[in-house]
Amino acid sequence: MTLTLNPAFGGKPVNFYLYFSGFAMNEAAVDFSLLNKEVLSVHLNGKWQMDQDVPSKEGMEDQLHQHPTVNQIVFNSASLNAWDSSLLIFLFDLTKVARKRKIQIKKDGLPAGVRQLIDLATAVPKKEDARKSVAREPFFTRVGSDVVDFTKSAGDLVTFIGAAFASLLRMVTGHARFRGSDLRLFLQQTGAEAVPIVSLISFLIGLILAFVGVLQLSMFGAEIYVADLVGIAMVREMGAIMTGIIMAGRTGAAYAAQLGTMQVNEEIDALETLAIPPMEFLVLPRMLALTLMMPFLVLYSGLMGILGGALVAVGLYDINILVYLNRTKAAIGLNDLFIGLFMGVVFGILVALSGCLRGMQCGRSASAVGDAATSAVVTGIVAIIIATALITVICSILGI
Amino acid sequence: MKTMENKEPYISVVDLTMAYGDFVVMRNLNFTINHGDIFIIMGGSGCGKSTLLRHMIGLKAPAKGDILYGDFNFWRAQPAERDQMMRNVGVLYQSGALWSSMTLAENIALPLEQYTKLSKGKIREQISLKLALVGLSGFEDFYPSEISGGMCKRAGLARAMALDPEILFFDEPSAGLDPVSAKRLDDLILQLRDSLDATVVIVTHELASIFAIGNNSVFLDPESRTMIASGDPNTLLAEDHDPRVQTFLRRGEPEGDAGQDPGVCGKCIG
Repeated sequence: MTLTLNPAFGGKPVNFYLYFSGFAMNEAAVDFSLLNKEVLSVHLNGKWQMDQDVPSKEGMEDQLHQHPTVNQIVFNSASLNAWDSSLLIFLFDLTKVARKRKIQIKKDGLPAGVRQLIDLATAVPKKEDARKSVAREPFFTRVGSDVVDFTKSAGDLVTFIGAAFASLLRMVTGHARFRGSDLRLFLQQTGAEAVPIVSLISFLIGLILAFVGVLQLSMFGAEIYVADLVGIAMVREMGAIMTGIIMAGRTGAAYAAQLGTMQVNEEIDALETLAIPPMEFLVLPRMLALTLMMPFLVLYSGLMGILGGALVAVGLYDINILVYLNRTKAAIGLNDLFIGLFMGVVFGILVALSGCLRGMQCGRSASAVGDAATSAVVTGIVAIIIATALITVICSILGI
Repeated sequence: MKTMENKEPYISVVDLTMAYGDFVVMRNLNFTINHGDIFIIMGGSGCGKSTLLRHMIGLKAPAKGDILYGDFNFWRAQPAERDQMMRNVGVLYQSGALWSSMTLAENIALPLEQYTKLSKGKIREQISLKLALVGLSGFEDFYPSEISGGMCKRAGLARAMALDPEILFFDEPSAGLDPVSAKRLDDLILQLRDSLDATVVIVTHELASIFAIGNNSVFLDPESRTMIASGDPNTLLAEDHDPRVQTFLRRGEPEGDAGQDPGVCGKCIG
């Protein structure tokens, strides 16, 4: 508690403290005194710092409430030791309260730095319409605009497929313009460099299939047929699906990120101003590389899966390796092999399309590149699963 | 420094309106760029300067209006004719926009391969000449990621000049350069204009460059969404009384503030 004596008022105690959080000089505090009926003097004391408690505005409100005749506030900052933004915030609050009561504020008593900062902060009036409106639109409006967005993105997809096909035609007729070295690089990246991960995943998938299958088959004493199960599943479906998903995560994301970054760096603009179509120069070699490499990877994946199955059969169920391989050979028909390879080609096209499409649609910021890569992987995997379902149904109708 | 007074109209922008969907960026743009000009497109940040440039180099179609190169109506022409026209145009993008998967030599070679039937040896000669012009001799086999930002800009300029274009566009050439490099780039632009007899269009808000090399300009104002001044920047500073133009050209100092001679700006980069 503090008692303020005001010499200007005949030395009589005019007013008491209002707010005081402690006694040490270093704590931020404010006290008030009436200079006369109309002028309130605000004394700022101690250190006003962000990480310490500072007086709140409630005290001032009470104070002004007690003295309804006050119409001017002056400051005394003689014993103010240090200050930062917390003092400014206090002063802004004070200003707001004062404005409500039509009280004038004299800033003369404040440190020069505080006065300048206040001037700076109040120089530009608050832009009322700057804050984004967060009002939710009505349900039907949102449904409508979502439908419009969806139609638009479907249209973009069709346009992109058309443009990709057109540039493929130009390549066939020998007019397309891309660098052979780019194609070779992409062939290496999508083909040879993907072999380790495809090996590991396919081997383990074959192994898992064998484990699950052989448990059931052993109930009938038909363990040897695990060779049929693993062989057909891997060569016909799983090899292509697993390779497709690996490539969506590996290559589809890479394509989207590469093209997105080129979009951000204006590299695609630079191509367009030179009349070099990005579709031919950037998209075509990427799509070609993945589409050409996928069948090989699928074939390889089937082989690794069969080896994984063989490991379980030979190691756990004592089936002779030659018997296992003969059984596999007998089980897998050419139709299984070709369906697998066909799916590989289709998945290659789908993954490359979604990667390149998202990359070319990418906005011009770093976060847009991340979104493009994510979206490419999601689109790629969804497209693979839908395509698998369609192809499987068609094959079963055709009886192949 | 501004010696060329060959006042032959070359590029005309007629009643141009630029828009993204329903959002109008700028409307009613009308100005002419003369042969041999160093033409400045200026205005505050985000007012649509780069968008105007994108319209002029064929990356974005206008919502309304025309852009004429001599008698050639750019946006009404067939795409193939536009592509042919772009052979005469070189563009230096804000970031340099070098193709990051190619060496500097391959970057410069690509436009040459696209538009000419030069032999490999001739192209190699062109590459070393263009790199020498921008002071990057010997950097042929470097990738853009291996050189500094300023060098990337200069390499971008070498690529923009690959086909000896008649018109050079620069998008914020001195952005991100230190004052000395920026001054050198300005000098280089002047020398190239004089020796190649080219017309130069620069998007910038660097006052030093504007006064040092510009001899014609257009001023875009984001509030009224149109151009509010055009002409020689030095004349604008002396004679235009629009407070928005004066505030911009005097770095925010009010009009008539003593001692704010444009020469000061010219000197501080020298």
